[in-house]
Amino acid sequence: MNIVVCAKVVPLSSVTIQIDPATKRMVRKDVSQELDPQAAKAVEEALRLTEKQGGSVTVVVMGGDDATIGIRGALAMGATAAIHLSDPALAGSDALGTAKALAAAIRKEPFDLVICATESSDSYTGLVPGQLAQLLGVPPLTFATSLTVEGRTVTIKRQSEGGYDVVTSELPVLVTVTTGINEPRYPTLKGIMGAKKKEIRKYTAADLGLGPAEIGESGAREKVLTVGRPPARPAGTVIKDEGQGGKQIADFLANLKLI
Amino acid sequence: MADLIWVYGDVVDGKISRATLEMLSKAAALGRAEVVLLGPAPDDAVHTLSAHGASKVYRSKDPVYRECLTLPAVETMATLIAAHRPRVVLFASSYGGRDVAAALSAKLDCGALTDVGDLALRDGALEATIPALGGSYQNTSTLSGQGTKLVLVRPKAFEIKPNEKSATVEEVPPPRDAAVLKIRVTERMTVTREGPQLEDSRVIVSGGRGLKGPERFAILQELAALLGGAVGATRAAVDAAWVPYALQIGQTGKTVKPDLYVACGISGAIQHLAGMKGSKTIVAINTDPEAPIFQVADLGVVGDVFKVVPQLIEELKKRKRG
Repeated sequence: MNIVVCAKVVPLSSVTIQIDPATKRMVRKDVSQELDPQAAKAVEEALRLTEKQGGSVTVVVMGGDDATIGIRGALAMGATAAIHLSDPALAGSDALGTAKALAAAIRKEPFDLVICATESSDSYTGLVPGQLAQLLGVPPLTFATSLTVEGRTVTIKRQSEGGYDVVTSELPVLVTVTTGINEPRYPTLKGIMGAKKKEIRKYTAADLGLGPAEIGESGAREKVLTVGRPPARPAGTVIKDEGQGGKQIADFLANLKLI
Repeated sequence: MADLIWVYGDVVDGKISRATLEMLSKAAALGRAEVVLLGPAPDDAVHTLSAHGASKVYRSKDPVYRECLTLPAVETMATLIAAHRPRVVLFASSYGGRDVAAALSAKLDCGALTDVGDLALRDGALEATIPALGGSYQNTSTLSGQGTKLVLVRPKAFEIKPNEKSATVEEVPPPRDAAVLKIRVTERMTVTREGPQLEDSRVIVSGGRGLKGPERFAILQELAALLGGAVGATRAAVDAAWVPYALQIGQTGKTVKPDLYVACGISGAIQHLAGMKGSKTIVAINTDPEAPIFQVADLGVVGDVFKVVPQLIEELKKRKRG
């Protein structure tokens, strides 16, 4: 089974991300990057499937040069190969532009299954997987909390508002995985060393057959008009518990007639 | 002529969802509001929609929309949008709403805006307010192009307002193309939930990593019961499998706006704040005086949850007896 995993490389979760008011984009320069922890779950799920059933795991990442560290992270976990969509013309793409670039790259690969996280940890629109499935013409099986493949039949437990649904389809499909689906492995030293030898293929926008009408800022349907800060909540009171903290809360609630 | 604003009707737990009525109330304020309602829905669905501002309901009761998940709805929506060209279509940020909007935005090559907290039309141009990076920024965005704009709306973005109309109903035919019937839902499992639902609760007592384990959530249950509220949790507590995902509040969980939010052992990661900082009154208890939760708290108590909460429980019991 040939699995393609779409991954994103994002600022370390410990970093407070800023938006550049001039470009209205996230500041990614000089910020430490890592493989998105959400995407690591997609990589992990793909590895578990191929370890059982054989096949390959190809990781596709769109991003600048500093995305390499995250791509190596996925390879160190055990992914077979990686594709890096890297071109200044891709910068500023919105979700649909990103989905078009990913779709163009994936169409070059033989694939049975595409796995994505439900959404990235940084920009967080959650649109790309659904758009990508539509562009590839494969059914989207989304919000999976478990994933099994038997023969050509794919079955997921899909998170629902009240519990979960069991949802099934036939390969090829695209699956999005939720945070709870697995605990990703840490790369072993052997894996890290091995990752350095694995090839990372690079595609430019021209390789993908995409132009400024579809990708980059010019192709983006979504236009950010203004960047601002939300109104701050008025400052409250912070007290130290000196043995009466619980009572003080009760008094506070009583004052507001909340009890 | 009034702008034509559509709402993609969302049925959750056998009912027209609260989010649908929230969006409909806004749609009716912006222009002529119409709803597309696909799949099985309660008998009084059209009446409910009509009572909240819907002038028209496009309707199919065909079970294909439920049994085959996303693709039939995408097909029908694309056909309806091409025929009627609404200015904007609003979708709930539910599992179904997100799936249909994402696929449709690619099919129509129009893109979509997500996580929208407010929207306005200025001379027909869409202007959406969107919290970014977990709510630390608040941006306004628009979608370029002449066609219909797809917008995914945050829960609780708008107030539900009764608005009596007499909606007409147009039956729409379901798609029969095999390509849209490729997904099957074979089983639906409902996890029984006790007590008031998080989204509807006026009081929420929430726990995080500081509770150090699942058994400690019991004291939050007790506190919530005394306050007439529900228990919530942070992603850290859910990821540690102390409590089920249904309790998760924050960017990847539920958005809540109760009258009172009591944060116990919660540091206040930006992803959590995104789901609760619209609460009217926030009380926080945490050992770390530097915890970001104290920046949004109306009352913050720097102290041990396992001392402060039991004392609060005793005090509430005493005052109830009083």
